[in-house]
Amino acid sequence: MAPAGPRSGDAIFASVERVNAELFTLTYGAIVRQLLTDLEEVDEVNKQLDQMGYNIGIRLVDEFLAKSNVSRCVDFKETAEVSAKVGFKMFLGVGASVTNWDAEGTCCSIVLEDNPLVDFVELPDTCQGLYYCNVLSGVIRGALEMVSVCPPMPLSPSLFIVFLGLLTSLPCLFDVYICSLELPF
Amino acid sequence: MIGASKIKQYSNVLEKPLSKGKQEVSLSAFAFLFSELVQYNQTQVDNIAELERRLEDAGYAVGARCLELLCHREKVYHIIVKLCVMFMPFWLSQGNRRETRLLGILSFVHSTVWKVLFGKVADSLEKGTEHEDEYMISEKELLVNRFISIPKDMGTFNCGAFVAGIVRGVLDSAGFPAVVTAHFVPMEGQQRPRTTILIKFAEEVLRREARLG
Repeated sequence: MAPAGPRSGDAIFASVERVNAELFTLTYGAIVRQLLTDLEEVDEVNKQLDQMGYNIGIRLVDEFLAKSNVSRCVDFKETAEVSAKVGFKMFLGVGASVTNWDAEGTCCSIVLEDNPLVDFVELPDTCQGLYYCNVLSGVIRGALEMVSVCPPMPLSPSLFIVFLGLLTSLPCLFDVYICSLELPF
Repeated sequence: MIGASKIKQYSNVLEKPLSKGKQEVSLSAFAFLFSELVQYNQTQVDNIAELERRLEDAGYAVGARCLELLCHREKVYHIIVKLCVMFMPFWLSQGNRRETRLLGILSFVHSTVWKVLFGKVADSLEKGTEHEDEYMISEKELLVNRFISIPKDMGTFNCGAFVAGIVRGVLDSAGFPAVVTAHFVPMEGQQRPRTTILIKFAEEVLRREARLG
C-alpha cells in the first residue's frame, strides 16, 4: 500500500477543529500581561515566552508530523519552507513566507503577513524591547530540536536566542531569523 | 538583526479597522497555549486556591476586552436597524446594544459571548433555587478542559476558573459585579463531570434590578 503523500497546509487546517482566533489572541495577551506583572524585566519576559514556546514546540511537532505526512526534509531550505507553508498554516491558519536567505543557506526569515497573536496589540513605551511574539520563536526552536536540527556545542545559548528569537515589536509583521549551524543533512 | 519591514503600518492601533472576527486558529494551538498558561501559573503558586485565582484574573482580562469587542463590532447592524425600522420591525431585535437588565446580560453571556468564544451557545442557563442572587451556566465539556485531566491530589481544582474569569470580566465591565466560580458536577452515566459556572451577583445589582422593576 503506497503511503499517502504530504498534505497541504490549507487541507489540514480545514480538517482540524478550530476555535475563534480572538480567544487565542486575548488569551495570549493575558499571558504576556501576567508575565510582565510577575517578572517586570522585559528580558526575563522574553526568556520566559521563549521557554513556553519551547515547551509547546516539543509537543507540537508530534502533531505536526502526524497530521501533515511530510517526508524527511533533505536540506534546511526545505525545512524552512515546510515550517512556513504547512506548519504555520495548520496551527495558526495563516501562511508564512520564507525570505532573506544568506549566502550559505543557513539563515532565513519567516515572515507572517497576518499574525493572529498581535491583533489589537500596541506596545507602550515602557515595553520597548519586548519581543511580543517570542513564543513563536520558542515553538520553532523546540520543534526543530525534536527533529534533530540543533546548534553546535560552542554556540552560546544567548547567541542562539539572538539568532532565533529576533522579532519586531511592531504588529502586522513578524520576522524570525533561523540560524541552524549544524545540519545533519 | 531585528527585522522591521513596514506594510501599511497604522500610527495607532485604534485606527486599524476592526476585523470581522471570523478568523480562526486550530484548537490544538489554543490548547497548547492554555496548557502553558496553567503550567506557568502552577510554578508561581503554593496552593490550589491561588492557582484558580490567577487563572480567573487572566480570564477577567479576556472577558473585559471581549465585551468591548462584541459591543463595538455589531454597531453596523444598529444603523441598518434605524434605517429599516419602518419597514422591518423584527430587525429591532438584532444589534448588540449594551444590556442593562440582569436577564439581558445573562443571556448575552450565555448566547453571544459563548458563541463567539467557543463556537456554540452554552448548554444551559439556570436560576439558583436556594438563593435569589445565584445563576448557573452549565456546559457538558468546557473547551478549555477538553485536553485536561485533573490529578486526584488537586481535589476540586477546575481550569474552568479561566472561563469563570471571562464571565466575571464581561459582567463587571457591563456594570454587574459578581463573584463567579467554576465547579465540576458529576453526572450519572457520564464519565466526565459537567462544569457549572456559578454566578453570584453583588447586592447592588439586585437592588438596582428591583428598582428598575
